[in-house]
Amino acid sequence: MRWETGLVVVVIAIAIMGSSLSPQFLTANNFFNLGLNNGEIAIMALPMALIIISGEIDLSVESTLGMSSAVLGVLWADHWPMLAIFVVVAVVGALAGAINGLLVTRVGLPSLAVTIGTLALYRGIALILLGPRTVANFPTIYTNVGIVAIPHTDLPYSIGIFIVLAVIFAIVLHATPFGRSIYAMGDNAEAAMFAGLRVKRIKTTLFIVSGVASALAGVLFTFRLNTAVQDNGTGLSLDVVAIVLLAGVSIFGGKGSIGGVFLAVLAFAGLQNALLLTNFNQEATGLVTGGLLLVSVFVPNAAMFVRSIRRAVTRMTRRMPSEPALSMPRKDT
Amino acid sequence: MTATLAPHREPGSPAPASSRRLADRVFRIREFGIVAVLVVFVAVTASIQSRFLSSTNIQFILVDATIFALLALGETIVVISRNVDLSVGSVLGLSAFLTARLASNTHGLPLPLVFLAGIGIGLLCGIVNGLMVTIGRVPSLVVTLATLYIIRGADVLIVGGGQVVPSSYYPSFLTISKATVAGIPDLAIVVAVVIAGGAYWLRTYRSGRELYAIGSNPDAARLAGIPMGRRVFTAFALSGAIAGVAGVLWASRYGTVDSTAGTSYELQVVAAVVVGGVAIFGGSGSVVGAAIGALLLQTINSALYVLGVSPNWDQAIAGFLLILAIVLDRLISLRLTASLRRRSARRGA
Amino acid sequence: MGPGEEDGHRSPGADAGADAGEPGSPAEPAPDSAAPAPVSRSAPAGTSPPEPAGTSPAAPVDTPSMDSPGTPPAPAAPVNTTSPDSPNTPDSPNTPDSTATADAGTDAGAPVVLSLEHVSKSFGAVRAVIDGSIELRAGEAHALVGENGAGKSTMVKILAGVHQPDSGTLLVNGQPTELHGPAGAIGAGIAIIYQEPTLFPDLSVAENIFMGRQPLRRGRRIDGREMTTEADALFARLGVRIDPGRIARGLSIADQQVVEIAKALSLNARVIVMDEPTAALSAVEVARLFDVIAALRADGAAVLFISHRLEEVFEICQRVTVMRDGRHVLTSPLAGLTTGDLVRAMVGRDMPERVAGERGAPGAVQLTAQRLTREGVFTDVSFEVRAGEIVALAGLVGAGRSEVARAIFGIDRYDAGTVTAGGRQLRKGSPTAAMTAGIGFVPEDRRQQGLVMEMSIQQNVALASLATLRKAGIIRASAERSFAADWAVRLSVKYGRLTDPVSMLSGGNQQKVVLAKWLGRRPSILIVDEPTRGIDVGTKADVHNLLDRLAGEGIAVLMISSELPEVLRLADRILVMREGRLAAEFTQAEASEESIMAAATGQLEAQER
Repeated sequence: MRWETGLVVVVIAIAIMGSSLSPQFLTANNFFNLGLNNGEIAIMALPMALIIISGEIDLSVESTLGMSSAVLGVLWADHWPMLAIFVVVAVVGALAGAINGLLVTRVGLPSLAVTIGTLALYRGIALILLGPRTVANFPTIYTNVGIVAIPHTDLPYSIGIFIVLAVIFAIVLHATPFGRSIYAMGDNAEAAMFAGLRVKRIKTTLFIVSGVASALAGVLFTFRLNTAVQDNGTGLSLDVVAIVLLAGVSIFGGKGSIGGVFLAVLAFAGLQNALLLTNFNQEATGLVTGGLLLVSVFVPNAAMFVRSIRRAVTRMTRRMPSEPALSMPRKDT
Repeated sequence: MTATLAPHREPGSPAPASSRRLADRVFRIREFGIVAVLVVFVAVTASIQSRFLSSTNIQFILVDATIFALLALGETIVVISRNVDLSVGSVLGLSAFLTARLASNTHGLPLPLVFLAGIGIGLLCGIVNGLMVTIGRVPSLVVTLATLYIIRGADVLIVGGGQVVPSSYYPSFLTISKATVAGIPDLAIVVAVVIAGGAYWLRTYRSGRELYAIGSNPDAARLAGIPMGRRVFTAFALSGAIAGVAGVLWASRYGTVDSTAGTSYELQVVAAVVVGGVAIFGGSGSVVGAAIGALLLQTINSALYVLGVSPNWDQAIAGFLLILAIVLDRLISLRLTASLRRRSARRGA
Repeated sequence: MGPGEEDGHRSPGADAGADAGEPGSPAEPAPDSAAPAPVSRSAPAGTSPPEPAGTSPAAPVDTPSMDSPGTPPAPAAPVNTTSPDSPNTPDSPNTPDSTATADAGTDAGAPVVLSLEHVSKSFGAVRAVIDGSIELRAGEAHALVGENGAGKSTMVKILAGVHQPDSGTLLVNGQPTELHGPAGAIGAGIAIIYQEPTLFPDLSVAENIFMGRQPLRRGRRIDGREMTTEADALFARLGVRIDPGRIARGLSIADQQVVEIAKALSLNARVIVMDEPTAALSAVEVARLFDVIAALRADGAAVLFISHRLEEVFEICQRVTVMRDGRHVLTSPLAGLTTGDLVRAMVGRDMPERVAGERGAPGAVQLTAQRLTREGVFTDVSFEVRAGEIVALAGLVGAGRSEVARAIFGIDRYDAGTVTAGGRQLRKGSPTAAMTAGIGFVPEDRRQQGLVMEMSIQQNVALASLATLRKAGIIRASAERSFAADWAVRLSVKYGRLTDPVSMLSGGNQQKVVLAKWLGRRPSILIVDEPTRGIDVGTKADVHNLLDRLAGEGIAVLMISSELPEVLRLADRILVMREGRLAAEFTQAEASEESIMAAATGQLEAQER
């Protein structure tokens, strides 16, 4: 069975579960909220999927989001024109991604270590920029993204952006040489290099795209809450990684699809929303996200898991007559 | 033939010794480097603000660094085996809250039992991590990233909105982190001994060396018949247990414990380990280096505070140092490999 | 510990079979004697020339000679599957090398310490071993020979406990045994020296040798001093000087192999499997290794020796087992056999005549390497390859051949020199530039470098040509499919569906996919690194014919191969590398296995002086 087929089943199951929990679940208003709460995560999940398929990881996305939010807040408080701010924020996001990418590809460092470092660094920069300050008074034309739906639909703007981006990412990943190269290097970076694919350049590009997408998410996040604070987006990286792995993207690279990411966003958002309706402690949703993450990496391993347990058991039971030893006892000095 | 081949070996024989010396020198530079940075930092800070070297301040730095270094010990054991444990902060938080409750007047469990409880909680978490990594064959990054959130989530559910406050403890619990011998906190002495023990184990026992072997070349380790699953499992169990103990100390040191205790500690711990010269991809590094790394980061935090720099800078500096450390490590190892290659070439030619 | 001390630990029973090979016995080179290596090496090398097919009379082994390439080899070849206990074939007067081996004629009564009986092992669709049998007696050096892909390495991995056989039995001291992992093999007294060194780069040499078995002192602590002493003793026994305290990172390949050998010796094992241990060693080191093998035999250990250099097999081994296409072909004492016999048993047919030389005169220079140097890897390498010729780079493993190819293609950077392809100087370290200049590169490690195993056949074939298969930036699925189908047919790849993962194909067909990937780009220069490693005989002939045809069509081919028959058969010119430098160049007419080996091992220079 394809992973995506399984996800469709999961999404339907969550929909049934949610509507049985609360009549609110399947309402347009709830869908709007559901989308609103997950739009930024969904947008960041797209480049994250590409990065993980290419065999790397970017844990710094939540801090890039936070840093962008801080830059937005500080510049707005400084009375910059909003368009100029957008340009600066995009550049900041691209720079953040480029630093990750160059450290990974040119210096040859593991992306895990690099992005754990920049996770702290970028958050630290947000902290330096804003300190304990809160910037709030953004113009309503922008903060409306957190209140108003796209005309003639029930979708929040962030989800609209996500859908457009998802289509673009799907085409790039599944139908272009660039996308094919991502799969090839994720499965076997060495073979990709030997086939003349520009592994380093493509990976750097992916990190830059991730940085820009996170910056965009930071802007949406800030406007939605009408607040720029230094801890905006804390903890979202795990949500993003969890969605991508739930989507069937292999943590070892080389496998996954944008269709899967789309379904995983639905499943993730639906589950969070259902929990919200059951008065589950909101601070503890990490429990669910973490569990989801584990389940999605364990399921593909399940067969191997069972096999290794069985082997361990047989070995234990067969221990008794050990191999006839040929070697001389080592002299113990 | 003998004419060409005999000298082929002879001039070569001194070469191995010199390349060994080179390798040794580089590694010594690595640990020496951290100590030097530490000394310079202390000296500069003290010259600007003499209050930095007051005995109270030193005690504070030492106690904080102690908890930190303890976590770094556990993390090092895991990282050496080419794994990572990101759940230490959450384990610390869970252990801190639960043991704090046990040490409060209402329950009044004797101190050793409180510590045992902390170890038990941490051990349990470590065992879960270890089983999933070794039997489940899921990369430790994913497992511990997940348990980081799961354990924190469980903590939140248990704590709710509550907290334990200093006034509720029985007195001896709070004095754990206050007692001193000749101006040095008891705690620092005890932890230094524990770290020395850890270092001795990793250096001189087969199981310790096998952890290095696993991290250095897992395939070769399998072929050498090393029980990899058992060793890696042990590493995670130890890391968990140590984080459990650190939780008890944390509660004693800070007194007020709520569900956020130890949040994002894992990043600082990984930073300390890497700054201390432990290779993030396993196989090399020492517990002592990691402990010095922890002390260095703690000292920098404290120095910034004393110098009046806003604590807002702490996190950016920790992140920057982490990146700097891995970049330096990489460059040094590239240099080392290249020069070893040239040496063996010159010898072969 | 020295060899003498070792004797004290052997069981009396084991010594019984070792009488013939006592160190110091007249016919055997004494282990510690400083006798110059050629004495021990030249005997077999001079006496067993590679006989052209069919000229060797009175082949004692009844090998079938009609297995034509392409048809699957007949199962259980009708070869005299000599039972190990049957007496040696008495005839074959034309084997003077019997002097080198007769002295060591194994005592047929020596106990069998280890045997594999009719084992099989498959990996997915690939049947690596179909019916493999081998039997080792105490005190013998037993050769296991066969072509690449015959299943030798899989047999080694079964003995190592890495793979569990699908069927068949493993007997240790006559008892059926299952090895649970490498620890089980070590526990059963089997030590393996792998072809690829498996060292811990961050740990000291001594720790590498004793990992998991370090000598202990009080309190189960590792006794570092004792460990160093023992390592020194092992190196003394091997006649090399390596500092046990240095870290393994940066050791030369030869030194790494020496450490591997020391590791196996330290196990005090009764069965030592050596999978091409000499591939990276110089002549002196090989001679020392042979002394060690003699000493091991004297101690009653059994040595399983795998080598492509048949003269080494004749020099050091008493019995031989030949495998072909995953099956046991014969087991026989070596005395009385010739290299020609072994080659015929390995190949299952006569070696075809050389095919090169029938092409026209080569055309313009296509590829030039000028004074190419990468410090510590290769030095001052200059050569050119012309359109329509096949130039072979020969030499020992680790001589720097593959590294030169990688540098030309831009995978690695080089420190000095230039590469010119198609009249343009190439940018360093850029495979894209090399490809634009018309270079195609079939790398040595098919699974790791040549293919993306999770991808389909079609996607692998198209991987290097994606730029030409797209329209408005989108890959046209139909164009990709017909492109892949076209090339799969041209190279007669045997496949189910083009969308099947490439991992489902056999090794030979996988190699054809790699070739198709590059030929699809219509290269003017093709670099092939070990093009027939690990593929079956039929496909091998296909690949040979293909390379020949490509050269005939005017492509400049640079071929790296460790198989001398292949080199001699295909190449117009042969460049021999030794320790990173070009040591000799031969035309096809001048070249012979002996001359190439002599240049590759440095004996040529020695003779010239």
